[in-house]
Amino acid sequence: MNTYHRPVPNTWWLKRKPYILFMIRELTSVFVAGYCIFLLVLVYKLTQGADAYGNFMAALKSPSSVALHLITLAFVLYHTITWFNLTPKILVLYRGEERVPQGLVAGTFYAGWVVVSVIVAWLVLGV
Amino acid sequence: MAKSNEPIWWSLFSAGGMVAAMMFPILIIITGILVPFGLVGDDPLNFERIRDAVSQPLVKLILFTIISLPLFHWAHRFRFTLVDVGLKSVSTLISILCYGGAIVGTIVSAVVFWTI
Amino acid sequence: MVETMKLEIFRYRPEKESVPTFQTYKVPFREDWVVLDAINHIKDEIDGTLSYRWSCQMGVCGSCGMMINNVPKLSCAAFLKDYYPDKIRIEPLTGFPVERDLIFEMDDFMTKLTEIQPYIIRKEGEEKPLDEGEYLQSPAELAHFKQYSMCINCMLCYAACPVYAIDSTFIGPAAIALGQRYNMDSRDQGRDSRQELIASHEGIWECTFVGECSAVCPKDVDPAAAIQRAKVSSTVDWFKDVLIPWGKKK
Repeated sequence: MNTYHRPVPNTWWLKRKPYILFMIRELTSVFVAGYCIFLLVLVYKLTQGADAYGNFMAALKSPSSVALHLITLAFVLYHTITWFNLTPKILVLYRGEERVPQGLVAGTFYAGWVVVSVIVAWLVLGV
Repeated sequence: MAKSNEPIWWSLFSAGGMVAAMMFPILIIITGILVPFGLVGDDPLNFERIRDAVSQPLVKLILFTIISLPLFHWAHRFRFTLVDVGLKSVSTLISILCYGGAIVGTIVSAVVFWTI
Repeated sequence: MVETMKLEIFRYRPEKESVPTFQTYKVPFREDWVVLDAINHIKDEIDGTLSYRWSCQMGVCGSCGMMINNVPKLSCAAFLKDYYPDKIRIEPLTGFPVERDLIFEMDDFMTKLTEIQPYIIRKEGEEKPLDEGEYLQSPAELAHFKQYSMCINCMLCYAACPVYAIDSTFIGPAAIALGQRYNMDSRDQGRDSRQELIASHEGIWECTFVGECSAVCPKDVDPAAAIQRAKVSSTVDWFKDVLIPWGKKK
């Protein structure tokens, strides 16, 4: 029989909103990697002495650095939110016959996130 | 059917995703907003303080993990993103480039931390 | 004056065309009609050549799945009033080869369903004789897999899955969820033999967790969750294998 195979255009993900959101979620990883490289450069500058490090830290005040940080922050926050929201799909817990509510599982991760953020800020900033 | 080695990449992806989700927002707020705008007192990221901190083996190990694992998170996600947008025919090359990139990044950061 | 609305329907008649076309039909608009009612009206009153599958008209048989404005839905559960007065575009479920009009070929899914061994498997010599009665199961044990047993094989999840559309070697949502349904059944001992397929690259590892399979599922089976949980347990297997190779009994 002559069946017809419909082609899948490479732009399939533009067809529906959930697919676009999926693609944005996947592309947050590029910003994650970008920030990894930023951290790596920061540590590398440490090895280059006080002047190199000082210049690098001064450059953080430039508008382009701030803008890039803000864009990265937006994407990384999207990563964080989508990541935590999917945790109940993977961590399926039961108390007897009752499934532990999905909101409780995700909520635990959000609470952990707040705690981790406070600890990181405290350690890094030393306040 | 061939035994898959995907579990190793998937675990690194998951671990890296968790590290990035938990820690990157606050770190970005610190290096992108709080420090440049001077909102947190007198230069808390000054050279001496940070160098002394990063010289400690435990801090080195933690920072190394924070840099390396999310690189693998990127590698795994980006690999599949490229496949999804139609590059399936070169999927092996994509895997090599993505995971290779994460491995190179990991080695470079290991060397950098070693030399501090 | 009867209100009407337009249905733009995918037509493919292999004996007369090599590329599908769309044909627009005008149907009466009724508050209580679903898309399937409108298509039945076309078949009975306007154009008897239109081909499509349907049966129960009550969301149980799983045979009337179609793309309705690009979203996979059971046409017996999609009300015209949710689209009125706009035109509705109807296509066969994506990801499958089209045989005629809205009828797609489901052989691939049927093969995969068989390969996943969706039935209780007992280890050799551990099958209870019939006169000893059934295998007992507590309500809590049932709760662990019940959700995954609600699947009606409507294939909406396959149509929602871009990974399957791009590469049909992927085992796909419903089959894996059904495999998990038996893996999690306390009476079953067949996980090892299913695992060879599930833990392969074509099994769970091609899934990128788009999550749309679960979003379109009319029975809340949540195949996306089933696949991610299989990834976790397969990863645990893998590390056990690597770290304690002598622990593996053959």
